Amino acid sequence: MARAITPRKKIMWTALAWGIGLLIFFPIMWTFLTSFKSEATAISDPPVWFIFDWTTENYSAVLARSNYPLALTNSIVIAVGSTLLGILIAVPAAWAMAFVPGKRTKDVLLWMLSTKMLPAVGVLYPLVLIAKYFGVMDSRILLVVILMLINLPIIVWMLYTYFREIPGEILEAARMDGASLKNEIIYVLTPMAVPGIASTILLNIILAWNEAFWTILLTTVNAAPLTKFIASFSAPEGLFYAKLSAASIMAIAPILIMGWFSQKQLVRGLTFGAVK
Amino acid sequence: MNTKQILRGTTVGLGLMVGLASAAMAEEITIATVNNGDMVRMQSLAPQWEQATGNKINWVVLEENVLRQNVTTDISTGGGQYDVMTIGTYEAPIWGANDWLVSLNDGMAEDWDADDLLPAIRGGLTVDGTLYAAPFYGESSMVMYRTDLMEKAGLEMPEAPTWQFIREAAAAMTDRDNDINGICARGKAGWGENMAFLSAMANSFGARWFDMDWNAQFDSPEWKETLTFYLDMMNESGPAGAANNGFNENLTLFQQGKCGMWIDATVAASFVTNPADSTVADKVGFALAPDTGLGKRGNWLWAWSLAIPASSEKVDVAKDFISWATGKGYTELVAENEGWANVPPGTRTSLYENQAYLDAAPFAEMTLKSINSADPQNPSVQEVPYTGIQFVAIPEFAGIATQVGQLFSDALAGNRSADEALNAAQELTTEEMEAAGY
Amino acid sequence: MATEHSKSSARIMIAPAVFVLLVWMLVPLCMTLYFSFADYRPLRATFDAWIGFDNYVSFLTSSSFLSSVVTTLQMVAGILVITIGGGVMLALLLDQPMFGQGIVRILVIGPFFVMPTVSALVWKNMFFNVDNGLFSYLFKFFGAQPYDFLSQAPLLSIIVIVAWQWLPFATLILLTAVQSLSSEQIEAAEMDGASPLSRFWHIILPHLSRAITVVILIQTIFLLSIFAEIFVTTNGAFGTRTLTYLVYQRVLESQNIGLGSAGGIIAVILANIVAIFLMRIVGKNLDN
Repeated sequence: MARAITPRKKIMWTALAWGIGLLIFFPIMWTFLTSFKSEATAISDPPVWFIFDWTTENYSAVLARSNYPLALTNSIVIAVGSTLLGILIAVPAAWAMAFVPGKRTKDVLLWMLSTKMLPAVGVLYPLVLIAKYFGVMDSRILLVVILMLINLPIIVWMLYTYFREIPGEILEAARMDGASLKNEIIYVLTPMAVPGIASTILLNIILAWNEAFWTILLTTVNAAPLTKFIASFSAPEGLFYAKLSAASIMAIAPILIMGWFSQKQLVRGLTFGAVK
Repeated sequence: MNTKQILRGTTVGLGLMVGLASAAMAEEITIATVNNGDMVRMQSLAPQWEQATGNKINWVVLEENVLRQNVTTDISTGGGQYDVMTIGTYEAPIWGANDWLVSLNDGMAEDWDADDLLPAIRGGLTVDGTLYAAPFYGESSMVMYRTDLMEKAGLEMPEAPTWQFIREAAAAMTDRDNDINGICARGKAGWGENMAFLSAMANSFGARWFDMDWNAQFDSPEWKETLTFYLDMMNESGPAGAANNGFNENLTLFQQGKCGMWIDATVAASFVTNPADSTVADKVGFALAPDTGLGKRGNWLWAWSLAIPASSEKVDVAKDFISWATGKGYTELVAENEGWANVPPGTRTSLYENQAYLDAAPFAEMTLKSINSADPQNPSVQEVPYTGIQFVAIPEFAGIATQVGQLFSDALAGNRSADEALNAAQELTTEEMEAAGY
Repeated sequence: MATEHSKSSARIMIAPAVFVLLVWMLVPLCMTLYFSFADYRPLRATFDAWIGFDNYVSFLTSSSFLSSVVTTLQMVAGILVITIGGGVMLALLLDQPMFGQGIVRILVIGPFFVMPTVSALVWKNMFFNVDNGLFSYLFKFFGAQPYDFLSQAPLLSIIVIVAWQWLPFATLILLTAVQSLSSEQIEAAEMDGASPLSRFWHIILPHLSRAITVVILIQTIFLLSIFAEIFVTTNGAFGTRTLTYLVYQRVLESQNIGLGSAGGIIAVILANIVAIFLMRIVGKNLDN
């Protein structure tokens, strides 16, 4: 039954929610505005808001000094590649854990999560030495594999909690009809799990996109993604706020836009089993 | 034609082809450098070298801390990712002694002229007669001050001021209502940030890092005097966020007209006098770094330099690039494009004999004096077992000094007293030096 | 029901994931373990494969170890408190009737897409900076002295930055949980004349407890390894050196790989203690 909502109440909630939403979003907004200012305007006292000479000179300066297309390509390849590889390995595992749980299933799951506790810098030298041994330093494949390994526990966990919500009877029915295990996964489970898988993919693309330790230390040129691109523009000599802002916007815009367009899918599956 | 002749002909032909091929084959080299203004300029001029030689450069331009992360990991694991690395006077001798760098004694372009390098700078990059890095720009430190504010305060800056004068002048120039701080100096923690400033300052107060038996000296009265003086001066006349200010932050402040005086790298002189960036370009004067009358001035010596890691497989091309970037021709190229005042300073004697440069750069004379008066072999008033002015040329220094720098930065922020900071520094340094086997 | 056949195929299906994670965990970990008993200092060209527990002793007894553990816990706890407290309130707010709910949700989840280095740089330079930061202008506007956040309240500053990034995550998960709350329950309570506060306390919060545990677990895993935000803002100065950062200093700044590796092993052990503790709670919560 619908609760009586007075328009006044609705307007009040709207105002409050918009106020807080804008406040949370403000740093991004401010970076965006600053990226179109001249360096001097960027630090003017008092700060200027919308009325200033909008300029794109910072973007051209950033583009002239660095290989943005390459960094962008690398970011996309690494984020998407590591996520898809992770999904490929995680789907069967999560399926098995959800539908054929054994005594140890929970332990295995928790153990997987605990591998994420490994402090990256502690294993930096071993990893660099291994990568050098296989001759894969500064290669996309290395980062795809490493970021896949880092995020795999999260992927398995998300898929597991999502699969568990799928009623077992449906699978039983399919099995009665004589569907093979493979067909069961492909034709019955996957369509039902699409929202969960989509959400998992999105979340892990974001996590991989934003990873800023391995992507900086294991790359030089060929595989260097946007996280490293940003390091060229932090704290150089002289005024740099506007150029830093432009570089920042260039680094976050693709993922931000992807996030906005897919937020419904992202939100729908983002429960980690928190809702029963 | 007999077989021999045919063979000979073929050999010559092959030889010719190989020769031609190698001349025409474009090599790709990877260069890691800092995102400082002079290096960014080098990056923008480098296409000229690329066109002239047919080679291609992959640039890795990073902020200083991230650059250090990357190059140290690479060099100490023999990673071989870079063909040219930008390093400083601290790293060059240590890495050179480990045979991690390629000697630049030979193989450089003929007109490169190593003998033209300033002796102090060259000495800092040489180990046992082997030059391990070519200086791109060199610097000492000096006082940069606002002539208008000095006049307003009714004072006159001597060419060689004392710390006492600096402190008094700073107090007189400070005008908090108009956002003018008498003195700007490094406060941000780091061995290359506040510890560079404080170690050099400590030398002029008669303090030293270690005695002849490598015992830490932070419990000495000289260090206490240094730190107390620094904290008092900065609290009286320094900017509000001094504990977070490094070179870049102070540069911005000075360019905005918020500093009366700034004691820092001589290389900053061309930035603060550049009307394009600085609001106070025509009101800047220069003086030697201060002293306390003990015979040592608080000025350091540093050179951002280009070196080739031993793991590089393209040493010849790398040497060709370094010859170009640190040679006299590059200086002229910059002068042509950006004006003489913007050429990378502090590396070559010939630059300071060039009238065009001396006319364009009012800071040239003071820069040269500062560099020449820096003595890394005898940095302090007292005897020391190490070389280096604002650093101690041992591998453990960077780690220790960064932690000590954090303590002193904390003291500047008012989170602990000078005594507490010094005690903790003494304990920490002793601990680390013992662990290192001294 | 699960047959023997499906059990064995289940094992085969789990195998790849377990295998790659096992390799990932064991190979670098074993090498780190090996280094942790060695005197390995590349800058001194020193490699002495066995020096016993010296590295562990010096890491554990150094004056910085305990304080770094405390800092880590404070930082993680601070961020959790802000993100969960703020997340619950935001989730409840977003569940209210309003105009343009979709847009508000887009605004709120924005920070989650910003990479840590970028958000740390933006906050540090454009907000916290005492000379040119927005907060300083704000302070001056209200006639107060500009406040140097990064040196006067360094831990809080970093907590704010990280909490800003993770607030959307917490909000989204909690929002799904809030939306799953049946309105009948709330209406029944309303009929009984329960005050909004007691409704929140007795109905909404218990309902959210499961979501909150999940947020705590996932976030803690990420937060224990915070690095970029500290590296960019304070470089570990002003008492913001966490255990992860201490290990970083040992490995990369001091170039003492042996000592750093010992620190890494200690960090793994401590993190796993926290993990076991957390998982006990969550595991229990997941069973029901």
